[in-house]
Amino acid sequence: MNDQQTPDPNQPEPEPGDSDAAQPARRKPGFFSRLFAATNTEVPQEPLADEAEEAEVAEAAAEAAEAAAEAEEPKRGVFGRIFGKKKKDDSAAEAPAEEPQPEPAAEFRAKKSWFRRLRDRLAATRQGLIGNLRAVFGLSGKLDEETIEELEAALIQSDVAVETTQRIIERMKASIKRRDRKEGGEVLFEVFREAIEDILVNSAPGFAPKTRESGPYVVMVVGVNGVGKTTTVAKMAKRCTDAGLKTMLVAGDTFRAAAVEQLEIWARRTGCEFVRGAHESDAAALCYDAMAQAKARGVQVVFVDTAGRLHTKSSLMDELGKIERVVKRQIPGAPHETLLVLDATTGQNAIQQVRIFSSAVKIGGLIMTKLDGTARGGVLLSVLDMFRIPITLIGVGEAVDDLRDFDPEQYAAALFGEDDAEKD
Amino acid sequence: MFESLGEKFEGVFRKIRGQKQLTDDNIKDAIREVRMALLEADVNYLIVKDFVQQVREDAVGQEIVKGVNPAQQLFSIVQKGLVRMMTGDPETDREFVVEPGGEKLILMLGLQGAGKTTFCGKLAARLAEKGTKPLLVACDVYRPAAIEQLKQVGGSLGLPVFEMGTDTPPVEIVRQARRHAAENGNDVVIVDTAGRLHIDEVKMDELVSIRDAHKPDYTFLVADAMTGQDAVNSAKAFNDQVGIDGVCLTKLDGDARGGAALSIKAVTGRPIVFAGVGEKSGDLEEFHPDRVAQRILGMGDVMSLVEKAEKAMDGEDAANMQEKLASGRFSYNDFIKQMKMINRMGSLKGLMGMLPGLGGLMKNMDNDVLTREFKRVEAMILSMTKEERENPELVKTQGKRRDRIARGSGHTLKQVNELVKQFEQMRGMMQQLTGDGVMGGLKKAMGGGDMPNPGEILAGGGVPELPPGMDPGMMPGVPKKYAKQMKKMEQKKRGSSYTPPKKKKKKNKSGRR
Repeated sequence: MNDQQTPDPNQPEPEPGDSDAAQPARRKPGFFSRLFAATNTEVPQEPLADEAEEAEVAEAAAEAAEAAAEAEEPKRGVFGRIFGKKKKDDSAAEAPAEEPQPEPAAEFRAKKSWFRRLRDRLAATRQGLIGNLRAVFGLSGKLDEETIEELEAALIQSDVAVETTQRIIERMKASIKRRDRKEGGEVLFEVFREAIEDILVNSAPGFAPKTRESGPYVVMVVGVNGVGKTTTVAKMAKRCTDAGLKTMLVAGDTFRAAAVEQLEIWARRTGCEFVRGAHESDAAALCYDAMAQAKARGVQVVFVDTAGRLHTKSSLMDELGKIERVVKRQIPGAPHETLLVLDATTGQNAIQQVRIFSSAVKIGGLIMTKLDGTARGGVLLSVLDMFRIPITLIGVGEAVDDLRDFDPEQYAAALFGEDDAEKD
Repeated sequence: MFESLGEKFEGVFRKIRGQKQLTDDNIKDAIREVRMALLEADVNYLIVKDFVQQVREDAVGQEIVKGVNPAQQLFSIVQKGLVRMMTGDPETDREFVVEPGGEKLILMLGLQGAGKTTFCGKLAARLAEKGTKPLLVACDVYRPAAIEQLKQVGGSLGLPVFEMGTDTPPVEIVRQARRHAAENGNDVVIVDTAGRLHIDEVKMDELVSIRDAHKPDYTFLVADAMTGQDAVNSAKAFNDQVGIDGVCLTKLDGDARGGAALSIKAVTGRPIVFAGVGEKSGDLEEFHPDRVAQRILGMGDVMSLVEKAEKAMDGEDAANMQEKLASGRFSYNDFIKQMKMINRMGSLKGLMGMLPGLGGLMKNMDNDVLTREFKRVEAMILSMTKEERENPELVKTQGKRRDRIARGSGHTLKQVNELVKQFEQMRGMMQQLTGDGVMGGLKKAMGGGDMPNPGEILAGGGVPELPPGMDPGMMPGVPKKYAKQMKKMEQKKRGSSYTPPKKKKKKNKSGRR
């Protein structure tokens, strides 16, 4: 699968004893392996060779503490590693240093068993895509009606859009025809992998604000109601403040009750500057003023949280365009990045959301939240396929550090990895 | 936007016209379309499988009724099946009755971001209207400012909110809240809980302990209408572990097809009681299985459109308007008022999407263009004098006035002329329609009585016939190029349904040769 040192990569199903302190590098099952629900817990390591292990321990500890105490206090340092793309040196030094040293082992064990329970609960739904597909492709070894139907079932059950599903199948058919390959389970699998990789090519590396000398880097966050915009803004802000950037949060949701207060609490927790307006005041006017303040205060990164809006409400969509325009008037080139937040539990409607939001404002990337549930979020494949908008970040939990960079390679590896292959 | 199932059926069944029976063979393609339509609507895969099987069994062997299009026949089987699946069972469902003077406890639960707090407000507002005295209880001790949110919601409704900060366990908060309610004469206690994942054991246990300690009279699962395949997992977990009595489906004002309704109903067996259709406290409706069935099938939702229209017009306005229309005294002022009403109903594109058949047409239409066009018309009218607005004849007959209006509003004379022409045509048309009152006319214009009969729609080729003599170009604010497109489509539809399919086939064949 990849060249990293995942412990026991060939061990299919970890036994209870595995949650031993001796194997700190074993983490919670990654999103990707869960997406396609392999029964093992291995997850490809992030390509950070030496600090990795210590950082893993630190992260595990953080997660464990999180689970145990349900503390909402921000944990410091963990993000350094994930943020490492930009500030590698700082974060590497910082991550282990700030974590209380003695706890990891014991805490980690608790965490493991929590995930074990979780996994056991899900045993029924964990019969994953890849496992399924190996079986499916082995049925007749041909892309016949039955195989196609089962393949459709597997993809659609992960919320991959019907259109993308059809296209994957068409690609597979074309590929088989073109190369006049002899069909068979393995060939089908290979062809399927090519089709998926074709789609994944469209992604890009994760979130890294490009701070500039000339003024703040402005990130605007948009999405329908209840997808987790405010929480996501807070998590991104945490990354920035951890990296030592002067960060500002702008409470652009002037509509929903207590949305401003929610962001204000996060600003306090993450140590960000904060700009708010009156309830039900004009969001665009607020943003205009906020940009002026950001410039005056020498802020490096600004996050504009916006009110949740259904994409079918044209007046609200127009408002987004207006915010975009006034921000640009204050800071040429801003917003430098507009991110659309999607909820992983959303079904086929997510496509419609992406379509309409991206016609209202220029969407630079997508964030998929709530991937810690049982939803498989297959919609991200569809989004890459149909819109070529990169997936920037994924949210895998409520804690402030549960926002990860989307890594297509990791995704593909998890999808087609060797240790996935041996099960079913 | 999706092509409606009706349109697809029409194509699929063209080839089996003239056959006597629905057979496994001749409905195969149509069944596949049913399946895809349901999947696109987010109905759970396994449920689709069962449903399609059932439809097949119901359909095969049925004689094709003479004079009835086989597409219609199968469509009605599908639709009835869907309605049946989503309709509650009076035997097993617990009826939701809250009367003043009782002592009811209502518990809300659901995933994060489903809209629990908003729904709490809406439900409380509705119950208060019925004369009860609700108390809202803030039990989301986790999410920042969640309590503050409920307090603001309650405050805006003038309803009391009970909270104990974030340090008291929810079970205890509910206990204190009930005491508080008893002391203050609140006869219904609505408990807002934190959003939680159904696999989060700790938080699920919290709900169970509230249930065990307080035995709520009703427990509502609040679910997002946009939920995909996972709807079954979460709904089942909440029902199995905590137990629910009913479901509120939120965000139905979007364009999700709402297949989650079917999934949740199927997997929990609990009725869907309410539909959330907006962000304001009044945006709560009873759930109508037949309407959602239409929506799932992509047939538009004419009833909701008509209701929306009725809501947007207040009664007096509507009566005035009707009288004016009937008497031909319809002025530019009325015109602008009417446009504003339409605007109040929401996005034009969304509205058009509710009309069966128009959804497909509208997919290429830019909503911005339409709204912008509205604004232009408004600008032109506002450049008229008061007298001119009241008396359209002046504008119609005097070129000088039109010239001034054009300059005043920054348009060309040609544009003003076009507006005047459209206005006059519309005035004529409105007069024809007003026999049954404005809404009656609107319903009529949409090609139906109370419920649009899918068969009728299918027979008409997908688009309800426009009222006699109505040119799409006359619809206020529809830009000309779209009007042309609509007209063309209208002709095409009519043409195709009038052309005997056999002939057409022959033509195609000879063409190929």
